Amino acid sequence: MLAILIFFPLLPAALSLVTPWYQARSWLLPATSALHLLLVLLFAFGRFPADGHWLGLDALSTVVLVVTSILFFGCALYAVGYLDLRRDRGNQVMVPCLLVFLSFMTLAVASRHMGLMWMAAEATTIASAPLIYFNRNRLSIEATWKYLLICSVGIALAMLGILFVAYSALGSGTPVSLHLDDLLVSAPTLSGPWLRAGFVFLLVGFGTKMGLAPLHTWKPDAYGEAPGLVGALLAGGLTSVSFLAILRGVQLMTAAGDGAMARQALLGMGLLSLLLAAIFMVRQPDIKRLLAYSSVEHMGLLAVGVGIGGLATFGAMLHLVNNALTKGCLFLAAGNIQRAYASKNLSEVRGALRALPVSGTLFLAGFIAITGSPPFGPFMSEFTILRGIFAGDRVVVGLLVLIFLATVFIGMGATVLAATQGEATEKPTGFTDRPLLYISPLIFLLMVLLLGVYLPEPLQNALRQAAALLEVQP
Amino acid sequence: MMELTNALLLAVILINFFTLGSSRLVACIRVVSVQGALLSLLPLTTHGLSGHSLLLAVGAFTFKGAFIPWLLLRAIREVRIRREVEPIIGYVPTLILGALITAGAFLFADFLPLIPAHHGGLNVPTALATMFAGFLLLITRRKAITQILGYLMLENGIFIFGVLLSEAMPMMVEAGVLLDLLVGVFVMGIVLNQISREFSTLNTEHLSALKE
Repeated sequence: MLAILIFFPLLPAALSLVTPWYQARSWLLPATSALHLLLVLLFAFGRFPADGHWLGLDALSTVVLVVTSILFFGCALYAVGYLDLRRDRGNQVMVPCLLVFLSFMTLAVASRHMGLMWMAAEATTIASAPLIYFNRNRLSIEATWKYLLICSVGIALAMLGILFVAYSALGSGTPVSLHLDDLLVSAPTLSGPWLRAGFVFLLVGFGTKMGLAPLHTWKPDAYGEAPGLVGALLAGGLTSVSFLAILRGVQLMTAAGDGAMARQALLGMGLLSLLLAAIFMVRQPDIKRLLAYSSVEHMGLLAVGVGIGGLATFGAMLHLVNNALTKGCLFLAAGNIQRAYASKNLSEVRGALRALPVSGTLFLAGFIAITGSPPFGPFMSEFTILRGIFAGDRVVVGLLVLIFLATVFIGMGATVLAATQGEATEKPTGFTDRPLLYISPLIFLLMVLLLGVYLPEPLQNALRQAAALLEVQP
Repeated sequence: MMELTNALLLAVILINFFTLGSSRLVACIRVVSVQGALLSLLPLTTHGLSGHSLLLAVGAFTFKGAFIPWLLLRAIREVRIRREVEPIIGYVPTLILGALITAGAFLFADFLPLIPAHHGGLNVPTALATMFAGFLLLITRRKAITQILGYLMLENGIFIFGVLLSEAMPMMVEAGVLLDLLVGVFVMGIVLNQISREFSTLNTEHLSALKE
């Protein structure tokens, strides 16, 4: 049953290759993703069994799957309006690649076998490369080449990590298996050094894909040059999927009694990501690169949250949801602004609030949300992470995080306010707000707002169970 | 079988040195394809003749030994580039570095907590040396095509290590991994073509407009 959910998007992907009508091809995206979302929700509420040996959903993957599916649906709806504007570029490549991307992202989330997960993760890299290259100019070639090479090499190291994990089982007498459930059972008998080395390589490999500093170098380029909706999918969806892969490693290390080392490594990389993101966000003149560094920052927060453990892990799980939705809103709104000004640089983008009342407001509100201001969701999750840090008596870590967050707020604020406030510069294009291009970011923002004031019971339970999977099992 | 395995692995190491020291791109692609073909025999010599190892060998040979090199050769025929010019580090220093790294890999492998059956074997040090050589190629060369070769050598090194563990990787996953590699190189080839069309060169130092 889960296999149907994973592979059915390939059917419309094939269909899109033979469909002669432009609009029909575009509408395949929201149609497919609506069905995907419906199926995902049925799985999430336990209507279908989802606990196979190869494919299965636990609380952790359910959370990630629901979020990515919602995000994909919003982006698919946006894509119809966007592709209509970009008839010069065509949608013959974009539509099938997006659908294949959806399929493999689902596979990566649902696979219970490390090798299968790796294969799906690498497939998402390949499927998203043509999406980044959508604009077919010099800058997007450069971004695509860096993305493809850095992420492929990174993910190759993750494969080495997986092989190390397999090697750690060789000496223990149990049959070598890379099924997550088998590994978690046999974890205490695995060879410690190989398992630790395996985790380090997993962290480096999937950390590259997730964009944790210092492995984030492809991120500003790729997010900056890709269309807004691709940026939203990468920053909200793919990063969450890669984080899930790292969390599998944490689960394994915790089961083997080595959780402390895994958490230490995550904490270190998380703090470094926060630091570097804060540095590069101050005086950043490019609004999409700004969002890319914001993504690095929030990946860092996720890593710090899991690195601290306890309440902070719960906060990180909540933050994963909030970050994905807010990034969706921000990237789509930034895409509209870029469309209107034919630029994403502060030298040309001014007064977006007047020029594009809806998109400008969404962009500004998205900024307020992502920097952790009440009443939006990220405030709750960042506050929970900080409470977890201080409850664990990690005062230095807590203060560092607070300083970095404040720097990010100031740096990001300067750019976003300059872009949205003031007199509007002359727009070279006749672009105006249109419903199909602002309905998705608006929905994302409303969801984030809702999460800030009220956390629904089922979601809260799912997050709690997800966080519990990362703790030591009694 | 042990002698055959070791002979194969030694040939793999020699090929590492050849790619590090050669400036002729066509020759480099050819020897990397030979390396892939040699590696595809490894499952047979290590695990003996079985359905799994045979399929793995055939799959690896088709992809690493034949299909991917063919794609790359076609790519450089279209862009008419023959030689690597001005590597970031010269050929002789790269060779010396390669030698140091290979020696280091052999020394390092002795310290690894390998299971007794793998002690003293050439598999693990060769895997490490090939991976490092691939990395060296990735870092020190400017041509996009040589960087792809570096990536392929990195994958080859991981493959050598993976052969030791082939029972952990079911056939389906193994096939998926190889297919990923193939499609990945195919997409890289397309990007390569676009680079040469847009910049009329394959040197990646022109890809430097995006930075802070």
